Parts: sequence; structure tokens; C-alpha cells
Amino acid sequence: MVRCDKELVTVMPGVEGFMYPNEVELQWSVLIVLYPFLTGLVAGAFILASLERVFRVQAVKPTYRLALLTALSFLLIAPLPLQLHLGHPERSYEMYLTPHRTSAMAMFGFIYLWYLMAVLVLEIWLDYRRDIVVLSQSTTGWKRWIYRLMTLGSSNISQHALEIDDRAGWLVTLIGIPSAFLLHGYVGFIFGSIKANPWWSTPLMPVVFIFSAMVSGIATVMLLYMLMMWSRGDTIDMRCVDTVARYLFYIFIIDFSLEMLDLIHRIYEADESFRSLDFMVHTKLYMSHIVVQILIGTVTPIALLALTQVLKLGETARKRVYAMAGCLTLIGIFAMRWNVVIGGQLFSKSFLGYTTYKMSLVTREGLIVAIVLTVVPFVILWLQVKLLPPWPERNSASLPAATPVH
Amino acid sequence: MNAFKDAGHLFRLAAVFIVGCLLFLGMRQFLVPKSFGQYGHYRGAAIGEIASRPVNFAGHQACEGCHADVLEKKKVGRHVQVNCEACHGPLAKHADDPSVQPVKLDTAVLCVRCHEANAAKPKAFPQVASADHSTGLPCDTCHQPHSPAIIAGGTK
Amino acid sequence: MNVTRRHLLLLLPAAAVAWKHVLAGTPEASSNYSLSEHWWGMLIDLPKCIGCGNCVRACQAENDVPDGYFRTWVERYHVSDYDIENPRVDSPDGGKKGFAPAREEGGKNFFVPKLCNHCAESPCTQVCPVGATFVSPDGVVLVDQKYCLGCRYCVQACPYGCRFIHPQKNVVEKCTLCYHRITKGLTTACCESCPTGARQLVDLKNPNDPIHDFLKTHSIQVLKPSMATHAKVFYNGLDGSVR
Repeated sequence: MVRCDKELVTVMPGVEGFMYPNEVELQWSVLIVLYPFLTGLVAGAFILASLERVFRVQAVKPTYRLALLTALSFLLIAPLPLQLHLGHPERSYEMYLTPHRTSAMAMFGFIYLWYLMAVLVLEIWLDYRRDIVVLSQSTTGWKRWIYRLMTLGSSNISQHALEIDDRAGWLVTLIGIPSAFLLHGYVGFIFGSIKANPWWSTPLMPVVFIFSAMVSGIATVMLLYMLMMWSRGDTIDMRCVDTVARYLFYIFIIDFSLEMLDLIHRIYEADESFRSLDFMVHTKLYMSHIVVQILIGTVTPIALLALTQVLKLGETARKRVYAMAGCLTLIGIFAMRWNVVIGGQLFSKSFLGYTTYKMSLVTREGLIVAIVLTVVPFVILWLQVKLLPPWPERNSASLPAATPVH
Repeated sequence: MNAFKDAGHLFRLAAVFIVGCLLFLGMRQFLVPKSFGQYGHYRGAAIGEIASRPVNFAGHQACEGCHADVLEKKKVGRHVQVNCEACHGPLAKHADDPSVQPVKLDTAVLCVRCHEANAAKPKAFPQVASADHSTGLPCDTCHQPHSPAIIAGGTK
Repeated sequence: MNVTRRHLLLLLPAAAVAWKHVLAGTPEASSNYSLSEHWWGMLIDLPKCIGCGNCVRACQAENDVPDGYFRTWVERYHVSDYDIENPRVDSPDGGKKGFAPAREEGGKNFFVPKLCNHCAESPCTQVCPVGATFVSPDGVVLVDQKYCLGCRYCVQACPYGCRFIHPQKNVVEKCTLCYHRITKGLTTACCESCPTGARQLVDLKNPNDPIHDFLKTHSIQVLKPSMATHAKVFYNGLDGSVR
């Protein structure tokens, strides 16, 4: 006598098939999706800045300072999703006291601090120092004290001092490039080194993370540049934007190739986990992976950018295509982070079942917090631009020739 | 000398950095727990803390100290290897203070946990479909739990 | 009597050991328990498991395990003929209230209790960023709940799904092999309450432990051996379909 399936397999709510009882609830939420997205923007924006500083791509100079300030705004917010996610955020200082050398996550504190202070803040300071000194002498009111603090008491802006700054800044950027790779690469390693999770465990993970970070960072700076020029009523330097878009195109192709390589490899080898993962991608992750990440977020922007390389489009058309491609790129890269983090937790390590991610709205790890954390860096960027203008004000008398020295 | 004069701001920065490092190293001395690193990369005191949790199951040796008569009965039956608390639940409180009464067991629900027929149970394990076997009667109507086999004529 | 150099040499090692404890400020688990004399594990004799759920209930009673989370649980497998790649598995409430009665279903049916495997090369302790989870010198993987940040990296790294976040304490929790019992000469709560002897605590460093004979005379497996975690929960009669 054979009983029907329903009586044999008792179902846990939100679960299809079988999951180990402790696996049903997801451990890492949308905040952990947001964190690699934010640090990716930081790393990518910095690489764009280094294109000009180290690789002497003159065309992208107008975006140099903006890229650095963008990187800083996102870097300042980056630890917040992590803090909000921790069970005991008040104990997070333990990572500085007793970092476990075998844990990639333990490196977070030091890599973050190194990148913040020894790379980003230092480079911004060195590049802006002349303007800071000028502003500390010419501004009035409470702002004056901020500038004076930033000068560290030195008002030497002689030619020689500025040359020293320039050399030092070049060196910092040079060190900053591998540092940027480390800042985002270690996040990829955090996932890629988990042998228990076959969706995450691949040596390609840090590389894919780095390249998708560059794509998102470059797209962000490109969009911000066009937006800010438009809002100031300035003309957009098309040579600059064309070059930035070209680099975005090339790096996107590399990123897409790497992701396809991972996919093809999985399909070909078809190991123990493949059937379960394949089913997951075709059902639970269909919208976010196939439609949003691949079709809308990767293939479409690459096609749009390819169009601008192949056809001779007018300036307005190009601006529109770049804006469209940039927005779709950011959506696609966010979807990629989502599919890695959330996707990796939707299937059971028994390969026999799936669960559901119930994203809450107003809790500490909910959607509203994620949205706020994405918006705040732009507010910070706006404040920074007020304090340290990346471009000369159109009718400003207080900043004579406040352009980058190099 | 000129070079140093013009790099003065960099020296100031270096000074800020060094002060920061020293502050960090100083604070570290106070903040790292004393027993950290005693056995490995963790707080050695944690081992003692975890080991000093209170116990809720007394263990069958504790029961046998006072209930030797039950032990004798069990020794000759099929439940010889079943520990006391497997059926009676956690009784460390009772073992510490015998005036604390253990919970009275209801054989109507207790015995079926093990002995209800299930295709996944080992075939040789004694199991019955309780609805057919006992028609609602509690198991201790016919079986003595400490030595459950029914001898001809009944056990009671 | 003059204190000679010889006296000092005799006293010095003892003083060094004592001083280490003075510095650490921690007592040993019990006065006659020595960490270096034990290497704990567990033996699960699958042909004996009847899926009664006593172990799950006992663990909850002994360790205040919150509802909906499990330090140990029991899975029921149904493997139809010729298809060990696709077992049907369920674990209603972790097996805490046993399993619903079912009669003949064809194929092969059995229970598999699971718990933390107390891996000697545990991937979970490898990834802890601060050293809040560790393998004790006597082979038990423990969590220092006063130090844990609740980052959940270890939960992700465990291949067996045995860790969870305590909903009130917001730190990681898992089977401690009833460390507070085994250091006092008792056995674990799950082994104590198992009616058939399917679960047995083992001490691999104890030459008199029956495990040594058992390992030599039976076919023993561990879960997910390809993960190379050097798990110390040994299964007798583990079917190939078990995930």
C-alpha cells in the first residue's frame, strides 16, 4: 500500500522540498547585498581616478576629483550595513583587537582603515591641499575652522611643496590601485572561499567581484558627472564622457566574459550541486538573475555601449545612450550582488530543497534601511562638493585657479 | 634643508599617524580579555564558563543509587538498556532534592513515541499500530514499563 | 632547611603551570578533568535509531534550546528502489515530536540523527573573524557567547547546517556536546535519553572506549567526507543517499 507524497513529506512554511531545520531562515539579508555594492562603487570610482593619475589618460581629468569624492562618500557609509546586521554591533571593535588570521572577514577592519586613511583621505588631502590652504585664509565663519583643521597647521603652498604633494599623490594612487583591488577582492574571497556553499565557492569570485565593482564605479561617476554638469548649467566634456564610456564598455566585456565562464564551467562539469542550482536559477532566481542581471543589466548596456562605438551618433544621442546604459548597469550590478548573496542562501546544502527570503520593511535589516543607506552617500557627496568643490565655481572670486595642479 | 621645510605638512601627517598607532596599541592592552590566547585564538576562560552550566539530566547512575529495586526489575526485562530519564525526563532537581516530585507519566502518550509502527523503524524493533493493538487503553494496563514483557497470565 | 637550587628546579615547572592559571583566572572544568586527556566525538549507530525524538527533546530540556531551532535533529529518509540520488527527506519540527506513523511505503526507509560533527578541521572556526568559536583542546567545537559578534559567517561556513542564531541572545549557538556534562563524567543529554543506544558519546583518547573496537569491526562513515572537515561524529550503516 503506497501512501501519497503529501503524507510522507511534511512541509515547513516557505520551504519547498527539504532543508536542514536551521537553514530555513536566511542569515545574510539585503544589507549584506548592499555592502559589496557600496564597496564596489568605491573601488570602481577609485580605479577611474587612477586612470588619469597613474596611467595619464588625460581625457578623463574632469572626473578625477569627483571620482575621489564619490569614493569617499560611499566608503564612509560602507561599514553601516555591516554594523546594523551584526547581532552585537557594540562588540565589533573586537575585530581590531583579536583579528583571526584565518578569517577573510577579520581583514575588514584593517583593509577598510588602510584604504580610508592611507589611500583615499590622503590622496584627497594631497590633491586639495592648495585649495584648503587658500580657503582657510579666505573663508569666514565656522567653515574657516574646518579648513584650518584640514591644513594640519601648515600653510606652505610653495611651488616645491606642491610638487612634493604631486609626487606623493602619485605614489599614493599607485599603492591605491592594489588596495582598491584588495578592498573589494577580499569581499569576493569571503564568499569564494566557503567550500560548504557551491554557489559561492569558486576561485573566480574575487575576480568577478573586482571587475563588476569597476563597472559599477565607473558607471556611477559617469552618471554623476553628467548629472552635476547639467545641474550647474555647464557643458559636458564629451571627450571625457566618451573615454569613460569606452573604458566602461571594455571592462564590462571582461566582467561579462568572466561570469559566463563561471556559468559554462558549471553547466559543463555538472557536479553534485548543479541540478539543485540550475533548478533554482530557473525558478526562484529567474527574474533577478536571467531577466534583471543578465538581460536588462548586462546584455542591454553592453549592446547600447557597443552601438556608440560602432555608429557615429550625435552628442545628444550619445548622452542619452550613456545615461541609459549607466543606469541599467547599476541595476545589473546590484542584481548580481543580490543573486550571489541571497541566491546562495535560498537552496539547501542537502541539495533537496529551497526556502524563501522574506525581506522585512521597517526592521533593522529591512528595505527602508537599505534605501536610506543608499541615499545617504549622495547627501554626503553633496556636502563634500560644497566643502571641496571639484571644479572651479563659474562666478567665484574666492577660488583663483582652484583646479588640480598636475 | 629646503626639501624638509617644504614637506613639513607631510611630517605633521606622519606625526598624527604615529600618535594614532600608539593610542591603538595602548588601548589594546586594556581591552583584550586577559585569558585570550591561553589555548588558542580564543578566550581561555570561555571553556570554564561553558563547562560550569547547570545540569538538568541527572544520569542513570544517580537514579540507581536510591532506586535499586527498579534497577533489579529492569535488569531482567527488554528495557534494560533504556535509561531512567529517557522516559521520566530530566530529573537532576529531584536527584539533588528528593522531595521535588517528578512528573507523573501518562503511558497512553509516552510509549507510542517509541513503539508506534513506522516503516522507517528497524524491522526487528517491537512496534505496533496502537489503534489496533490497545484500542485506546493505556499501555500499563497490560505491560509493566520497567519490565514490559507479558508473561502468561499477566504481569501484575 | 636551606632552599637549594634543586628545590627551585623542582618547584619551577609547577609554579609555571599554576601561574598560567593564575594569570588566566579560570578554573579547569572540574578539579580532576584534564583537557589534554580527552578527544571527544560521537558514534551514531543508524540501524538502531527508531526516530522517537527523545534526543531532540532531551537536548532542548538540557540546553534551553529555543523553539524552531535545533542543536540536534532527526531526519527521515525514504529512498525508492534504484534511485539513491533522489531521496525524499523530512524532519517535522526536527523530529522533536517523533514522526507521524506510516506503514509500508516500498523502498528503503530509515532515520538519521544529526548534530554538530565537532570537526577536527572545522571550517566554521576557520572563518570566525574574532576567535569567538573554536575547537577546544579536548576536541569539542564551542562558541564563546560573550565574545561572539553575531556576524553569522560560521553559520554560512558549516556544511552540515548545525549552527543557528539564538533569537534572543543574537549570538551563534550550536551543539556543545553537552560540554558541561562530559567534563563532569556524565554523558550527553541525547545519549542519556536514547532508548536504543543509537547515540553514544566516544572519547578517542580513552584506550578503554568501545569505539576503538567498533571502528575496527564496522563500516563507518562521516557526513560529506569530500569537505575534508575531519568530522568526529561517526555513522555506522550510513546509506549513500544521505545528504
